[in-house]
Amino acid sequence: MFEFKDVKFKNIIDVPKLQIEEKRITTLVGTSGSGKTTILKMLNKLISPTYGKILYKGKNLHNIDSVLHRREVLMLTQNPAIFDGSIRDNLNAGLIFQGKRLMNDGVLKETLDKVKLNKDLDIPANTLSGGEKQRLALARILILNPSVYLLDEPSSALDDETEDVLIQMLIQYARKDRKTIVMVTHSKAVANKYSDVIIEISEGKVKKEAG
Amino acid sequence: MDGIINLSIGQVAVAYIFVLVVIAIVRIRGINKEKEIIISSVRMTLQLVLTGYVLVYVFKNPSPFITIGIIILMEAFSIYTIYKKFRGKLSKSLKRVIAISTSVGTLSCLIYFLFIVVRISPWYTPQYFVPIAGMFIGNSMTGISLGVKSLIEGMSTQKSLIEEALILGATPKNASKTIINSTFDAAIMPTVNSMLGMGIVFLPGMMTGQILSGTSPTTAIAYQIAIMFGIFGTVALSVIILLQLGYRTFFNSQSQLN
Repeated sequence: MFEFKDVKFKNIIDVPKLQIEEKRITTLVGTSGSGKTTILKMLNKLISPTYGKILYKGKNLHNIDSVLHRREVLMLTQNPAIFDGSIRDNLNAGLIFQGKRLMNDGVLKETLDKVKLNKDLDIPANTLSGGEKQRLALARILILNPSVYLLDEPSSALDDETEDVLIQMLIQYARKDRKTIVMVTHSKAVANKYSDVIIEISEGKVKKEAG
Repeated sequence: MDGIINLSIGQVAVAYIFVLVVIAIVRIRGINKEKEIIISSVRMTLQLVLTGYVLVYVFKNPSPFITIGIIILMEAFSIYTIYKKFRGKLSKSLKRVIAISTSVGTLSCLIYFLFIVVRISPWYTPQYFVPIAGMFIGNSMTGISLGVKSLIEGMSTQKSLIEEALILGATPKNASKTIINSTFDAAIMPTVNSMLGMGIVFLPGMMTGQILSGTSPTTAIAYQIAIMFGIFGTVALSVIILLQLGYRTFFNSQSQLN
């Protein structure tokens, strides 16, 4: 699905060759500062390689409309920004940005249940705790139903138990709906438990691929 | 009372007492601002005296070239003033946008105002062209300055929200929508507020000037109303052009934040 060809980003990333397969769960592991997030951002087209190219479904990502690409390949950042307004406003934000029809409260509540966030839709989103905000952000992208999920440390603000439940939910959902997941994690346990492919990144380079 | 009381140099000099009083107060209170006050007072006096002589010459020798020359000079000076105010903070493309929004916004409103509303003849009559252009360009400069400040601040303080919106599939325009709206508010509010207070809280300068020089208050008011709409339109148009083109300078062709 994604193919790296001689990709460099400043002096952070240097990946001559890398393939990420469709409908599989690929995990990028490595120490902090190794360039995992930069790779994820390039897949989302939030940034572009300074050298080389990335192919998406055989096409050069550079020539694909960035906005349309991001709607198909959605990213959950490590510290997702929460917009002013209620939980409902935040859940609807992506739909508004993408010009899609808004969901009714039933669907929104159902999505909150999926991420184990049992809160009223009218609550101001900025009053949520760090972990709750991250779950809200996850719910926000689940509603958009993209074909590829790019998850940057999806569990960084969660306790171990919630982390496990959430990732399990996501993986189940992805397998059932045949979605692609590219996940960055520092936890080898998480990587080993859920991944089809594990790619180890070190100092901006692919150190090892297993799967 | 008939006619106009001409102010002699002595009378104008007596008005300097205001400045002296302020300097005295500032010095007693230990506020270190005497130098600025003196410089700005003297500079204002010299600039106005010089402008007075220039206007006397220009009004006596009306010429389309001189009128156009003065307008170009005013536009250039206002654009330069904005550049100077934000030195080091403006990208090349934002500078271009500032120049375009200032000149297109003011010139189009000026042309409409002078030729359709006031209908001056000949078209280059400096008595109308120069002061009205001054008011339009001056107000648009203030509006654009406020707009640029709010745009730059918004784009930097809300960077994470803009990035999040892009991630969620927003176009750069949608991602910057909140900033664009609040910038428009910030830039247009002083003009709207001055319209609200006008005539009750204060008498606007142009109208006061006309009344002092013997024009009937009704004529002065008619002019003031028309001018205010002109100023409002100019500021709004300049700021709209600034925003429509300005937010784009913060993104590259790949819809990524610069």
